[in-house]
Amino acid sequence: MADARSRPLSPHLTIWRWGPHMLVSILHRVTGVGLSFVGLGILAWWLYALSAGTDAYATFSKLAASPIGLVVLIGLTWAFFQHLLSGIRHLAMDSGAAFELGINKTFAILTIVGSVVLTAALWFYFLGGVK
Amino acid sequence: MSRGESATPLGRVRGLGSAHHGGEHWLTERVTSIALLFLGTWLIASLLLLPKLDQGTLTEWLRAPSGAIPMALLVIVGCRHALDGVKVVVDDYVHEEGSRFVWNTLLLFLAVAAGAIALFALARIAFGATA
Repeated sequence: MADARSRPLSPHLTIWRWGPHMLVSILHRVTGVGLSFVGLGILAWWLYALSAGTDAYATFSKLAASPIGLVVLIGLTWAFFQHLLSGIRHLAMDSGAAFELGINKTFAILTIVGSVVLTAALWFYFLGGVK
Repeated sequence: MSRGESATPLGRVRGLGSAHHGGEHWLTERVTSIALLFLGTWLIASLLLLPKLDQGTLTEWLRAPSGAIPMALLVIVGCRHALDGVKVVVDDYVHEEGSRFVWNTLLLFLAVAAGAIALFALARIAFGATA
């Protein structure tokens, strides 16, 4: 391990110019980790509260509707859409497609725009009095 | 056919890696991601289509097989995909073999616990007495 550490390392994140594809790549990881811990945690908690009677669910919905609760839920929704769209991009790239610089960059930008638009539309529907 | 003659890049790596299932891990992550594409879309669409999002409406939705079965699949496939994904992050950033084992074991326990809680809750909703 000591030998491995003294070997020259390739220049890392700090020296490259940031582009949409780099941002989307790291966002895929960050949103994936967030969905794994916060997302699945809240999903399990939500289902458990639903099954545990009116008092338990009242506690859950009060917390969910609080300002912090809404920030977390809206953040999770965005993470879900970002990870989903960027996941579709990765599946396309796994097939060997979309590595050309222009197309790759366009798809990366589209995942960011798409996740923000879908999150805004969904929460406008939930909070905007449509329901 | 020996591994070297396999027609595709994926075929050549299946069964390889230090634990001889590196290719399977990669493939499982993709297959679960495709399943979650459908299950995640189903969850968002269901929440949009429900007339109200109160406890009564939600438990009625999850008591029916059409709600309970996709939700159980979402929980199981979601936990597996989360575990596979976070393992890649651990393997990338935790270099010492002992701590990597500890991290991966803790994450396995966490994923199984979250899945068990959610599945228990779903069973209680589906088979329990109507509140």
